[in-house]
Amino acid sequence: MSVLIYAENAGGTFKKSVFEAVSYAKAIADQNNTDLVAISIGDVDAAGLASLGKYGAKKVLNVSGDKLKNFINQAYASIIAEAAKKEGADVVVLSNTFSGRGLAPRLGVKLEAGVADGAVALPEQNDGKFRVKKTAFSGKAFAVVELTSANKVIALIPNSYKVVETGGIAQVEDFAAATKQSDFKAIIKEIVRAADKVSLPDAEIVVSAGRGLKGPENWGMIEELANLLGAATACSKPVSDAGWRPHSEHVGQTGIAVSPNLYIAIGISGAIQHLAGISSSKVIVVINKDPEAPFFKVADYGIVGDAFEVVPQLIATVKEYKASA
Amino acid sequence: MKILVCISNVPDTTTKITFTDNNTQFNTNGVQFILNPYDEIALSRAIELTDGGKGTVTVINVGEVSTEATIRKALAIGATDAVRINAKPHDAWYVAYQVAQYAKVNSFDLILTGRESIDYNGSKVAGMLGELLDIPSVSIIKKLDAADNEATVEREIEGGKEILTIPFPFVAGTAEGVAEPKIPNMRGIMSARTKPLVVVEPVEVKTFSEIISYETPAPRGQVTLVAADDVAKLVNLLHAEARVI
Repeated sequence: MSVLIYAENAGGTFKKSVFEAVSYAKAIADQNNTDLVAISIGDVDAAGLASLGKYGAKKVLNVSGDKLKNFINQAYASIIAEAAKKEGADVVVLSNTFSGRGLAPRLGVKLEAGVADGAVALPEQNDGKFRVKKTAFSGKAFAVVELTSANKVIALIPNSYKVVETGGIAQVEDFAAATKQSDFKAIIKEIVRAADKVSLPDAEIVVSAGRGLKGPENWGMIEELANLLGAATACSKPVSDAGWRPHSEHVGQTGIAVSPNLYIAIGISGAIQHLAGISSSKVIVVINKDPEAPFFKVADYGIVGDAFEVVPQLIATVKEYKASA
Repeated sequence: MKILVCISNVPDTTTKITFTDNNTQFNTNGVQFILNPYDEIALSRAIELTDGGKGTVTVINVGEVSTEATIRKALAIGATDAVRINAKPHDAWYVAYQVAQYAKVNSFDLILTGRESIDYNGSKVAGMLGELLDIPSVSIIKKLDAADNEATVEREIEGGKEILTIPFPFVAGTAEGVAEPKIPNMRGIMSARTKPLVVVEPVEVKTFSEIISYETPAPRGQVTLVAADDVAKLVNLLHAEARVI
């Protein structure tokens, strides 16, 4: 038996969330005294593939081909399931990303595996039990899920497990998996990626703003601060509902849940639905002119002040800090 | 077009989440249950796509009799008819399996779910249904337009979006942007009372997961307040104390 990690790439490059997932999968392999095998599908170069060895992958299966350049969950699930069977992997790990969330359930059915998505910690394995802690109620709680099937699929939330370099070298081998024509019914017509924008779900720093910003025309300073910090921008629900910012930036219970190292909330009061989506952030900074804003109750650091005065000062200070660093 | 919309009965978004029985059971005491907000979006788009007699919208829920108020709300919003599979939803696999059995017998052009339910946040039912029915599935879509034989959808990806065409039938998990949630009007509420709600007994299926216990996030320490005119102190704290910049 072994552990298989699906290493998802974005345009041929692995992101930090993949190295986290590989490190996590390696720890599970160690728990079970077995090997970690990685699978990559798409156009990743040899150096990129071999780099997975640094985080504990003993072998990397490389699947490529024109039809597989872009993510089609049906086809990718077929390939990963076949690799899991070939490698005798009873645990398959992937990242809890947009793609991972389309893939995990199909893999679960193919492998007749229990699926623990939204995983935030290593499994606890005692007396043959396999228990995974996952987020529930949109971040208001955690649930410990016992997977009772022989095969298991785990999707790990970005930023919830640290990258661990073990320094090994992975052997890369090509893997030709059979796919059915019917796996390719969905056709990707266009991919629009904002190259200069940090992706929100796996961002390490998020700068988020709410109705306190008064209107979409005032978002320039939010974007400037985010750019300086290498952060993603986000917003509260009323802001996306009003059309000031796109829905894809809405963080909260009915939006995206994030778990960055630093979440900066500017002009957001902190409704229970918003707090649900950000509660697993490691450090929370709140800037709000209302000292009674509920957000201050969950913040680590806070400034009671007007965003239009504080944020420009913050931008200037971060610029100075960056210049002196 | 024949559309099936899967709906969940979930705690209201303002619910304070607590547990009983040594943190092994969700405390439903005083909790108001609602139609899952993402499912509401799916339902609203389904109604738009079939508007003007262009098809039917069936809502399906795996749940005990207590979920019927939520099902009636979906009928009031505009669903044509409803199915309740009479069982406690054990996990996503259980729900997807029950719905798949129904969908195999009553074929649909399009099956919609919300991108996830706001209780267990699994986003698994759409993908599982796709696999069980051997049809495409696409998760977290922000836009859905239908033509004669295929749909064009916009799927969210990290840092961007993808535009796909998918032939019917397929399953999609909908997110914000697909449609504005519809509010039931008085006519809808009245007609919902007489619309068909069929109760189907579940098929037997093994389950692969079980929730053993719950935890609430550890409480955070007290906030450290920094004066509004001393922003440099905040930056220092974030660098030297919190080590996040």
